[in-house]
Amino acid sequence: MLAYEKVEKRFGRHEVLRGVNVEFRRGRVTALIGPNGAGKTTLVKCALGLVRPDAGRLVFDGEPIGDDPGYRRRIGYMPQIARFPENLSGAELLAMIRELRGPGVLTDEELLRSFDLSSALGKPLRTLSGGTRQKVNASLAMLFRPDLLILDEPTAGLDPLSSSILKDKVRAERERGCAVILTSHIMSELEELADDVVYLCDGVARFAGSMHDLKLHTRQFNLERAIAHIMKEHAA
Amino acid sequence: MSQPAWKVLRYQASNVLRSRWLLAYAAFFAIATDALLRWGGDPAAALLSLVNVVLLVVPLVAAVFGVMFLYDAREFTELLLAQPVSRPALFGGLYAGLALPLAGAFVVGVGAPFLFHAGADERYRAALVMLLAVGAVLTLVFTALAYLLALRSEDRVRGLGTAVGLWLLFTVVYDGIVLLLATAFADYPLERPLLAAMVANPVDLGRVLLLLRFDVAALFGYTGAVFKQFFGSALGIAVGAAGLILWAVIPALAALRVFHRKNF
Repeated sequence: MLAYEKVEKRFGRHEVLRGVNVEFRRGRVTALIGPNGAGKTTLVKCALGLVRPDAGRLVFDGEPIGDDPGYRRRIGYMPQIARFPENLSGAELLAMIRELRGPGVLTDEELLRSFDLSSALGKPLRTLSGGTRQKVNASLAMLFRPDLLILDEPTAGLDPLSSSILKDKVRAERERGCAVILTSHIMSELEELADDVVYLCDGVARFAGSMHDLKLHTRQFNLERAIAHIMKEHAA
Repeated sequence: MSQPAWKVLRYQASNVLRSRWLLAYAAFFAIATDALLRWGGDPAAALLSLVNVVLLVVPLVAAVFGVMFLYDAREFTELLLAQPVSRPALFGGLYAGLALPLAGAFVVGVGAPFLFHAGADERYRAALVMLLAVGAVLTLVFTALAYLLALRSEDRVRGLGTAVGLWLLFTVVYDGIVLLLATAFADYPLERPLLAAMVANPVDLGRVLLLLRFDVAALFGYTGAVFKQFFGSALGIAVGAAGLILWAVIPALAALRVFHRKNF
Protein backbone atom coordinates (compact mmCIF):
# COMPACT_ATOMS: atom_id res chain seq x y z
CA MET A 1 0.00 0.00 0.00
CA LEU A 2 2.80 2.37 0.95
CA ALA A 3 6.44 1.92 0.05
CA TYR A 4 9.44 4.04 1.02
CA GLU A 5 12.27 3.94 -1.50
CA LYS A 6 15.64 5.22 -0.27
CA VAL A 7 13.96 8.06 1.60
CA GLU A 8 16.33 10.63 3.09
CA LYS A 9 15.60 13.65 5.21
CA ARG A 10 17.84 15.99 7.09
CA PHE A 11 17.02 18.95 9.30
CA GLY A 12 20.00 21.26 9.16
CA ARG A 13 22.96 19.09 10.10
CA HIS A 14 20.88 16.38 11.62
CA GLU A 15 20.26 13.43 9.31
CA VAL A 16 16.95 12.04 10.49
CA LEU A 17 16.26 9.53 7.72
CA ARG A 18 19.23 8.03 5.93
CA GLY A 19 17.84 5.93 3.14
CA VAL A 20 14.77 4.17 4.44
CA ASN A 21 13.38 1.26 2.43
CA VAL A 22 10.24 -0.22 3.91
CA GLU A 23 6.83 -1.31 2.78
CA PHE A 24 3.53 -1.22 4.60
CA ARG A 25 1.12 -3.78 3.22
CA ARG A 26 -2.64 -4.09 2.96
CA GLY A 27 -4.36 -6.14 5.58
CA ARG A 28 -1.35 -5.97 7.88
CA VAL A 29 -0.74 -4.03 11.06
CA THR A 30 2.86 -2.85 11.15
CA ALA A 31 4.46 -1.81 14.41
CA LEU A 32 6.87 1.08 13.94
CA ILE A 33 9.41 0.84 16.72
CA GLY A 34 12.53 2.79 17.54
CA PRO A 35 14.25 4.75 20.28
CA ASN A 36 13.33 8.38 20.81
CA GLY A 37 14.68 10.50 18.01
CA ALA A 38 15.02 7.53 15.67
CA GLY A 39 12.92 9.26 13.04
CA LYS A 40 9.56 7.51 13.53
CA THR A 41 7.57 10.72 13.47
CA THR A 42 9.46 12.09 10.49
CA LEU A 43 8.91 8.82 8.65
CA VAL A 44 5.17 8.98 9.22
CA LYS A 45 5.01 12.67 8.38
CA CYS A 46 6.58 11.96 4.99
CA ALA A 47 3.58 9.79 4.13
CA LEU A 48 1.17 12.55 5.14
CA GLY A 49 2.94 15.22 3.13
CA LEU A 50 3.81 17.12 6.30
CA VAL A 51 7.50 16.58 5.65
CA ARG A 52 9.04 16.48 2.21
CA PRO A 53 11.90 14.03 1.71
CA ASP A 54 15.22 15.36 0.41
CA ALA A 55 15.85 12.25 -1.63
CA GLY A 56 14.11 9.02 -2.52
CA ARG A 57 10.40 8.65 -3.01
CA LEU A 58 7.22 7.30 -1.51
CA VAL A 59 4.85 5.18 -3.51
CA PHE A 60 1.23 5.02 -2.44
CA ASP A 61 -0.81 2.26 -4.03
CA GLY A 62 1.46 2.18 -7.07
CA GLU A 63 1.57 5.96 -7.56
CA PRO A 64 4.52 8.08 -6.45
CA ILE A 65 3.45 10.72 -3.95
CA GLY A 66 3.84 14.15 -5.52
CA ASP A 67 2.25 17.53 -5.16
CA ASP A 68 -1.33 16.41 -5.67
CA PRO A 69 -2.91 16.09 -2.21
CA GLY A 70 -5.72 13.83 -3.48
CA TYR A 71 -4.10 10.62 -2.25
CA ARG A 72 -4.57 11.78 1.35
CA ARG A 73 -8.30 11.18 0.91
CA ARG A 74 -7.42 7.52 1.46
CA ILE A 75 -5.36 8.01 4.61
CA GLY A 76 -6.64 8.20 8.16
CA TYR A 77 -4.28 9.86 10.63
CA MET A 78 -4.53 9.84 14.39
CA PRO A 79 -1.89 12.21 15.80
CA GLN A 80 -0.40 11.60 19.20
CA ILE A 81 -1.63 14.86 20.68
CA ALA A 82 -5.31 15.58 20.18
CA ARG A 83 -5.71 19.35 20.16
CA PHE A 84 -8.64 20.76 18.29
CA PRO A 85 -10.12 24.24 17.79
CA GLU A 86 -11.26 25.15 21.28
CA ASN A 87 -14.56 26.78 20.52
CA LEU A 88 -15.87 24.36 17.93
CA SER A 89 -17.99 21.41 18.99
CA GLY A 90 -17.00 17.85 18.19
CA ALA A 91 -19.84 17.68 15.66
CA GLU A 92 -18.51 20.80 13.92
CA LEU A 93 -15.02 19.33 13.83
CA LEU A 94 -16.34 16.16 12.19
CA ALA A 95 -18.36 18.23 9.72
CA MET A 96 -15.30 20.33 8.86
CA ILE A 97 -13.08 17.34 8.11
CA ARG A 98 -15.92 15.68 6.22
CA GLU A 99 -16.27 18.76 3.99
CA LEU A 100 -12.54 18.86 3.39
CA ARG A 101 -12.56 15.21 2.39
CA GLY A 102 -14.93 16.11 -0.42
CA PRO A 103 -18.40 15.04 -1.38
CA GLY A 104 -19.57 11.48 -1.55
CA VAL A 105 -17.33 10.01 1.11
CA LEU A 106 -18.65 6.92 2.80
CA THR A 107 -18.30 7.27 6.53
CA ASP A 108 -17.94 4.66 9.20
CA GLU A 109 -19.39 5.89 12.46
CA GLU A 110 -19.02 2.66 14.36
CA LEU A 111 -16.33 4.03 16.63
CA LEU A 112 -18.39 7.11 17.47
CA ARG A 113 -21.15 4.78 18.59
CA SER A 114 -18.96 2.34 20.51
CA PHE A 115 -17.30 5.21 22.35
CA ASP A 116 -20.76 6.63 23.00
CA LEU A 117 -19.68 10.09 21.93
CA SER A 118 -23.06 11.47 20.87
CA SER A 119 -23.56 13.75 23.88
CA ALA A 120 -19.89 14.82 24.02
CA LEU A 121 -19.98 15.90 20.36
CA GLY A 122 -22.39 18.72 21.15
CA LYS A 123 -20.02 20.44 23.56
CA PRO A 124 -17.13 22.78 22.77
CA LEU A 125 -13.97 20.72 22.32
CA ARG A 126 -12.09 22.68 25.00
CA THR A 127 -14.47 21.34 27.65
CA LEU A 128 -13.79 17.67 26.83
CA SER A 129 -11.40 15.60 28.93
CA GLY A 130 -8.14 14.40 27.43
CA GLY A 131 -9.48 10.88 27.12
CA THR A 132 -12.65 11.98 25.36
CA ARG A 133 -10.65 14.11 22.96
CA GLN A 134 -8.50 11.10 22.22
CA LYS A 135 -11.66 9.14 21.42
CA VAL A 136 -12.77 11.87 19.02
CA ASN A 137 -9.29 11.76 17.53
CA ALA A 138 -9.49 8.01 16.94
CA SER A 139 -13.00 8.18 15.54
CA LEU A 140 -11.92 10.91 13.14
CA ALA A 141 -9.01 8.84 11.84
CA MET A 142 -11.29 5.90 11.05
CA LEU A 143 -14.32 7.87 9.91
CA PHE A 144 -13.59 7.77 6.21
CA ARG A 145 -12.81 4.08 5.66
CA PRO A 146 -9.14 4.73 4.89
CA ASP A 147 -6.90 2.36 2.95
CA LEU A 148 -3.98 3.40 5.12
CA LEU A 149 -4.34 4.14 8.80
CA ILE A 150 -1.59 5.86 10.75
CA LEU A 151 -1.96 5.66 14.53
CA ASP A 152 0.55 7.47 16.72
CA GLU A 153 0.37 6.20 20.32
CA PRO A 154 -3.36 5.59 19.90
CA THR A 155 -4.15 4.20 23.33
CA ALA A 156 -2.32 6.87 25.36
CA GLY A 157 -4.81 8.42 27.74
CA LEU A 158 -7.58 5.89 27.09
CA ASP A 159 -9.14 3.78 29.84
CA PRO A 160 -8.92 -0.02 29.46
CA LEU A 161 -12.44 -0.36 28.06
CA SER A 162 -11.95 2.34 25.40
CA SER A 163 -8.51 1.02 24.65
CA SER A 164 -9.86 -2.44 23.93
CA ILE A 165 -12.68 -1.03 21.80
CA LEU A 166 -10.03 0.79 19.77
CA LYS A 167 -7.90 -2.34 19.40
CA ASP A 168 -10.90 -4.33 18.19
CA LYS A 169 -11.55 -1.63 15.64
CA VAL A 170 -7.96 -1.73 14.45
CA ARG A 171 -8.30 -5.48 13.90
CA ALA A 172 -11.56 -4.94 12.02
CA GLU A 173 -9.86 -2.37 9.79
CA ARG A 174 -7.12 -4.85 9.05
CA GLU A 175 -9.67 -7.50 8.08
CA ARG A 176 -11.23 -4.95 5.74
CA GLY A 177 -7.88 -4.77 3.95
CA CYS A 178 -6.54 -1.57 5.44
CA ALA A 179 -2.81 -1.11 5.95
CA VAL A 180 -2.16 0.05 9.51
CA ILE A 181 0.97 1.76 10.83
CA LEU A 182 1.10 1.75 14.59
CA THR A 183 3.54 3.37 16.97
CA SER A 184 3.44 2.79 20.68
CA HIS A 185 5.76 2.58 23.65
CA ILE A 186 3.78 -0.33 25.03
CA MET A 187 5.42 -3.44 23.62
CA SER A 188 2.67 -5.80 24.79
CA GLU A 189 0.15 -3.73 22.86
CA LEU A 190 2.20 -3.90 19.69
CA GLU A 191 2.74 -7.61 20.17
CA GLU A 192 -1.01 -8.05 20.51
CA LEU A 193 -1.89 -6.15 17.35
CA ALA A 194 1.00 -6.17 14.94
CA ASP A 195 1.69 -8.61 12.11
CA ASP A 196 4.85 -6.89 10.92
CA VAL A 197 7.59 -4.96 12.62
CA VAL A 198 9.76 -2.11 11.39
CA TYR A 199 12.59 -1.24 13.73
CA LEU A 200 13.98 2.19 12.96
CA CYS A 201 17.27 3.34 14.46
CA ASP A 202 19.61 6.18 13.47
CA GLY A 203 17.51 6.88 10.42
CA VAL A 204 17.57 3.45 8.83
CA ALA A 205 15.29 0.43 9.12
CA ARG A 206 17.40 -2.08 11.08
CA PHE A 207 14.69 -4.67 10.78
CA ALA A 208 11.65 -4.92 8.55
CA GLY A 209 9.69 -8.13 8.43
CA SER A 210 7.01 -10.17 10.11
CA MET A 211 6.70 -10.49 13.86
CA HIS A 212 7.31 -14.21 13.48
CA ASP A 213 10.55 -13.68 11.54
CA LEU A 214 11.74 -11.17 14.09
CA LYS A 215 11.39 -13.67 16.91
CA LEU A 216 12.92 -16.43 14.84
CA HIS A 217 15.81 -14.24 13.80
CA THR A 218 16.59 -13.11 17.33
CA ARG A 219 15.61 -16.41 18.99
CA GLN A 220 13.48 -14.56 21.51
CA PHE A 221 9.98 -15.32 22.70
CA ASN A 222 8.46 -11.89 22.89
CA LEU A 223 8.70 -8.59 21.09
CA GLU A 224 10.29 -6.65 23.91
CA ARG A 225 13.18 -9.09 24.22
CA ALA A 226 13.54 -9.38 20.47
CA ILE A 227 13.86 -5.63 20.12
CA ALA A 228 16.24 -5.46 23.07
CA HIS A 229 18.30 -8.13 21.33
CA ILE A 230 18.53 -6.10 18.12
CA MET A 231 19.46 -2.98 20.06
CA LYS A 232 22.21 -4.80 21.89
CA GLU A 233 23.44 -6.46 18.70
CA HIS A 234 23.62 -3.10 17.04
CA ALA A 235 25.43 -1.43 19.94
CA ALA A 236 28.05 -4.17 20.03
CA MET B 1 -10.96 31.72 -3.41
CA SER B 2 -10.95 27.98 -3.93
CA GLN B 3 -13.60 25.80 -2.34
CA PRO B 4 -11.43 24.11 0.30
CA ALA B 5 -10.00 27.48 1.32
CA TRP B 6 -13.49 28.81 1.77
CA LYS B 7 -14.47 25.82 3.91
CA VAL B 8 -11.41 26.18 6.11
CA LEU B 9 -12.08 29.91 6.43
CA ARG B 10 -15.64 29.32 7.61
CA TYR B 11 -14.72 26.92 10.39
CA GLN B 12 -11.63 28.85 11.40
CA ALA B 13 -13.61 32.07 11.57
CA SER B 14 -16.43 30.56 13.59
CA ASN B 15 -13.84 29.20 16.03
CA VAL B 16 -12.11 32.59 16.34
CA LEU B 17 -15.38 34.52 16.58
CA ARG B 18 -16.37 32.51 19.65
CA SER B 19 -13.11 33.23 21.44
CA ARG B 20 -13.55 35.21 24.62
CA TRP B 21 -10.47 37.25 23.80
CA LEU B 22 -12.04 38.43 20.59
CA LEU B 23 -15.19 39.51 22.42
CA ALA B 24 -13.05 41.34 24.97
CA TYR B 25 -11.21 43.07 22.12
CA ALA B 26 -14.43 44.29 20.50
CA ALA B 27 -15.76 45.35 23.89
CA PHE B 28 -12.59 47.32 24.62
CA PHE B 29 -12.99 49.40 21.48
CA ALA B 30 -16.71 49.81 22.04
CA ILE B 31 -16.17 51.12 25.56
CA ALA B 32 -13.25 53.37 24.59
CA THR B 33 -15.12 54.85 21.62
CA ASP B 34 -18.28 55.32 23.61
CA ALA B 35 -16.44 57.05 26.44
CA LEU B 36 -14.58 59.37 24.10
CA LEU B 37 -17.76 60.33 22.31
CA ARG B 38 -19.65 60.92 25.54
CA TRP B 39 -17.08 62.91 27.43
CA GLY B 40 -14.39 63.80 24.93
CA GLY B 41 -16.04 66.80 23.31
CA ASP B 42 -17.10 66.73 19.66
CA PRO B 43 -16.78 63.62 17.45
CA ALA B 44 -13.79 65.13 15.61
CA ALA B 45 -11.79 65.24 18.85
CA ALA B 46 -12.93 61.72 19.70
CA LEU B 47 -11.75 60.47 16.32
CA LEU B 48 -8.39 62.08 16.80
CA SER B 49 -7.94 60.46 20.21
CA LEU B 50 -8.99 57.15 18.71
CA VAL B 51 -6.27 57.38 16.07
CA ASN B 52 -3.58 56.93 18.69
CA VAL B 53 -5.45 54.15 20.47
CA VAL B 54 -6.01 52.32 17.19
CA LEU B 55 -2.41 52.69 16.03
CA LEU B 56 -1.14 51.22 19.29
CA VAL B 57 -3.71 48.57 20.13
CA VAL B 58 -4.59 47.09 16.75
CA PRO B 59 -1.02 46.02 15.86
CA LEU B 60 -0.41 44.74 19.39
CA VAL B 61 -3.52 42.58 19.52
CA ALA B 62 -3.18 41.29 15.96
CA ALA B 63 0.45 40.32 16.53
CA VAL B 64 0.13 38.85 20.03
CA PHE B 65 -3.29 37.22 19.69
CA GLY B 66 -2.20 35.95 16.29
CA VAL B 67 1.03 34.37 17.52
CA MET B 68 -0.62 32.81 20.58
CA PHE B 69 -3.47 31.46 18.50
CA LEU B 70 -1.12 29.98 15.93
CA TYR B 71 1.05 28.19 18.48
CA ASP B 72 -2.08 26.76 20.09
CA ALA B 73 -3.33 25.63 16.69
CA ARG B 74 -0.12 23.83 15.75
CA GLU B 75 -1.31 20.27 16.21
CA PHE B 76 -4.60 20.96 14.52
CA THR B 77 -2.81 22.54 11.58
CA GLU B 78 -0.91 19.27 11.19
CA LEU B 79 -4.15 17.35 11.20
CA LEU B 80 -5.51 19.66 8.51
CA LEU B 81 -2.34 19.27 6.44
CA ALA B 82 -2.94 15.52 6.50
CA GLN B 83 -6.28 16.04 4.73
CA PRO B 84 -6.61 16.12 0.94
CA VAL B 85 -6.25 19.91 0.73
CA SER B 86 -3.46 21.82 -0.98
CA ARG B 87 -1.25 23.92 1.23
CA PRO B 88 -1.98 27.28 -0.41
CA ALA B 89 -5.74 26.72 -0.04
CA LEU B 90 -5.26 25.72 3.57
CA PHE B 91 -3.10 28.75 4.31
CA GLY B 92 -5.58 31.10 2.63
CA GLY B 93 -8.43 29.75 4.70
CA LEU B 94 -6.51 29.76 7.98
CA TYR B 95 -5.10 33.25 7.49
CA ALA B 96 -8.34 34.87 6.39
CA GLY B 97 -10.27 32.97 9.05
CA LEU B 98 -8.07 34.52 11.72
CA ALA B 99 -7.51 38.01 10.29
CA LEU B 100 -11.06 38.79 9.19
CA PRO B 101 -12.75 38.16 12.56
CA LEU B 102 -10.06 40.27 14.24
CA ALA B 103 -10.62 43.09 11.76
CA GLY B 104 -14.37 42.64 12.11
CA ALA B 105 -14.23 42.89 15.91
CA PHE B 106 -12.33 46.17 15.58
CA VAL B 107 -14.67 47.61 12.96
CA VAL B 108 -17.78 46.74 14.96
CA GLY B 109 -16.19 47.85 18.24
CA VAL B 110 -15.38 51.32 16.93
CA GLY B 111 -18.07 51.65 14.30
CA ALA B 112 -21.14 50.70 16.33
CA PRO B 113 -20.83 53.33 19.09
CA PHE B 114 -19.89 55.93 16.52
CA LEU B 115 -22.96 55.30 14.43
CA PHE B 116 -25.02 55.31 17.61
CA HIS B 117 -23.74 58.72 18.79
CA ALA B 118 -22.95 60.56 15.59
CA GLY B 119 -24.47 58.37 12.93
CA ALA B 120 -26.45 61.09 11.22
CA ASP B 121 -23.54 63.52 11.00
CA GLU B 122 -22.02 63.32 7.55
CA ARG B 123 -19.05 65.51 8.40
CA TYR B 124 -17.34 62.70 10.27
CA ARG B 125 -18.31 59.82 8.05
CA ALA B 126 -15.30 59.95 5.72
CA ALA B 127 -12.86 60.21 8.62
CA LEU B 128 -14.55 57.31 10.39
CA VAL B 129 -14.37 55.16 7.28
CA MET B 130 -10.69 55.98 6.92
CA LEU B 131 -10.05 55.07 10.57
CA LEU B 132 -11.86 51.77 10.20
CA ALA B 133 -10.09 50.98 6.93
CA VAL B 134 -6.62 51.73 8.33
CA GLY B 135 -7.35 49.65 11.44
CA ALA B 136 -8.62 46.76 9.35
CA VAL B 137 -5.61 46.80 7.01
CA LEU B 138 -3.21 47.05 9.97
CA THR B 139 -4.94 43.95 11.36
CA LEU B 140 -4.18 42.12 8.13
CA VAL B 141 -0.57 43.34 8.22
CA PHE B 142 0.14 42.23 11.76
CA THR B 143 -1.74 38.96 11.48
CA ALA B 144 0.41 38.14 8.46
CA LEU B 145 3.54 39.07 10.44
CA ALA B 146 2.29 36.87 13.30
CA TYR B 147 1.98 33.99 10.84
CA LEU B 148 5.51 34.56 9.60
CA LEU B 149 6.91 34.59 13.14
CA ALA B 150 4.94 31.56 14.31
CA LEU B 151 5.92 29.56 11.24
CA ARG B 152 9.58 30.42 11.45
CA SER B 153 10.19 29.76 15.11
CA GLU B 154 9.33 26.48 16.81
CA ASP B 155 9.77 28.08 20.19
CA ARG B 156 6.62 29.74 21.40
CA VAL B 157 8.29 32.09 23.89
CA ARG B 158 10.68 33.30 21.23
CA GLY B 159 7.86 33.78 18.73
CA LEU B 160 5.84 35.76 21.22
CA GLY B 161 8.86 37.83 22.25
CA THR B 162 9.64 38.66 18.65
CA ALA B 163 6.02 39.67 18.06
CA VAL B 164 6.07 42.08 21.00
CA GLY B 165 9.48 43.35 19.89
CA LEU B 166 8.21 44.01 16.40
CA TRP B 167 5.23 45.86 17.78
CA LEU B 168 7.46 48.01 20.01
CA LEU B 169 9.74 48.70 17.08
CA PHE B 170 7.01 49.84 14.73
CA THR B 171 4.90 51.79 17.21
CA VAL B 172 7.38 53.30 19.65
CA VAL B 173 11.05 52.88 18.85
CA TYR B 174 10.95 53.55 15.13
CA ASP B 175 10.00 57.21 15.16
CA GLY B 176 12.58 57.85 17.87
CA ILE B 177 15.38 56.30 15.84
CA VAL B 178 14.37 58.21 12.73
CA LEU B 179 14.28 61.46 14.65
CA LEU B 180 17.68 60.74 16.16
CA LEU B 181 19.19 60.03 12.76
CA ALA B 182 17.53 63.11 11.31
CA THR B 183 19.09 65.30 14.01
CA ALA B 184 22.48 63.65 13.63
CA PHE B 185 22.52 64.16 9.87
CA ALA B 186 20.68 67.45 9.81
CA ASP B 187 23.21 68.97 7.37
CA TYR B 188 22.34 66.53 4.61
CA PRO B 189 19.31 66.43 2.33
CA LEU B 190 17.18 63.90 4.17
CA GLU B 191 13.85 64.07 2.47
CA ARG B 192 14.11 60.88 0.46
CA PRO B 193 15.70 58.67 3.12
CA LEU B 194 13.03 59.83 5.54
CA LEU B 195 10.27 59.02 3.11
CA ALA B 196 11.77 55.60 2.61
CA ALA B 197 11.91 55.17 6.37
CA MET B 198 8.26 55.98 6.65
CA VAL B 199 7.11 53.66 3.92
CA ALA B 200 9.05 50.92 5.67
CA ASN B 201 6.80 51.18 8.73
CA PRO B 202 3.14 50.20 8.37
CA VAL B 203 2.13 51.99 11.57
CA ASP B 204 3.69 55.24 10.31
CA LEU B 205 1.84 54.81 7.04
CA GLY B 206 -1.41 54.32 8.90
CA ARG B 207 -0.76 57.40 11.02
CA VAL B 208 0.01 59.58 8.02
CA LEU B 209 -3.06 58.41 6.17
CA LEU B 210 -5.30 59.24 9.10
CA LEU B 211 -3.73 62.57 9.91
CA LEU B 212 -3.68 63.71 6.30
CA ARG B 213 -7.34 62.93 6.27
CA PHE B 214 -7.91 64.83 9.51
CA ASP B 215 -5.52 67.60 8.53
CA VAL B 216 -3.79 68.04 11.86
CA ALA B 217 -0.12 68.54 11.20
CA ALA B 218 0.80 68.98 14.86
CA LEU B 219 0.33 65.29 15.51
CA PHE B 220 2.28 64.04 12.55
CA GLY B 221 5.56 63.02 14.03
CA TYR B 222 8.73 63.71 12.16
CA THR B 223 8.41 61.41 9.16
CA GLY B 224 4.79 62.35 8.66
CA ALA B 225 5.59 66.04 8.39
CA VAL B 226 8.16 65.36 5.70
CA PHE B 227 5.70 63.11 3.95
CA LYS B 228 3.02 65.74 3.84
CA GLN B 229 5.40 68.39 2.64
CA PHE B 230 6.63 66.14 -0.12
CA PHE B 231 3.38 64.72 -1.44
CA GLY B 232 0.62 67.07 -0.32
CA SER B 233 -2.67 65.65 0.84
CA ALA B 234 -4.28 63.94 -2.13
CA LEU B 235 -1.20 62.28 -3.54
CA GLY B 236 -0.06 61.56 0.01
CA ILE B 237 -3.18 59.57 0.72
CA ALA B 238 -2.80 57.60 -2.50
CA VAL B 239 0.86 56.79 -1.85
CA GLY B 240 0.19 55.97 1.80
CA ALA B 241 -2.71 53.69 0.95
CA ALA B 242 -0.70 51.88 -1.70
CA GLY B 243 2.16 51.42 0.76
CA LEU B 244 -0.11 50.07 3.46
CA ILE B 245 -1.76 47.63 1.07
CA LEU B 246 1.67 46.40 -0.02
CA TRP B 247 2.41 45.88 3.65
CA ALA B 248 -0.66 43.67 3.91
CA VAL B 249 0.18 41.72 0.77
CA ILE B 250 3.93 41.13 1.04
CA PRO B 251 4.10 39.54 4.53
CA ALA B 252 1.05 37.42 3.71
CA LEU B 253 2.73 36.16 0.54
CA ALA B 254 5.95 35.56 2.46
CA ALA B 255 4.02 33.58 5.08
CA LEU B 256 2.30 31.60 2.34
CA ARG B 257 5.67 30.77 0.87
CA VAL B 258 7.02 29.58 4.21
CA PHE B 259 3.84 27.60 4.88
CA HIS B 260 4.07 26.03 1.45
CA ARG B 261 7.62 24.81 1.91
CA LYS B 262 7.80 24.09 5.60
CA ASN B 263 8.37 20.69 7.14
CA PHE B 264 5.81 20.44 9.91
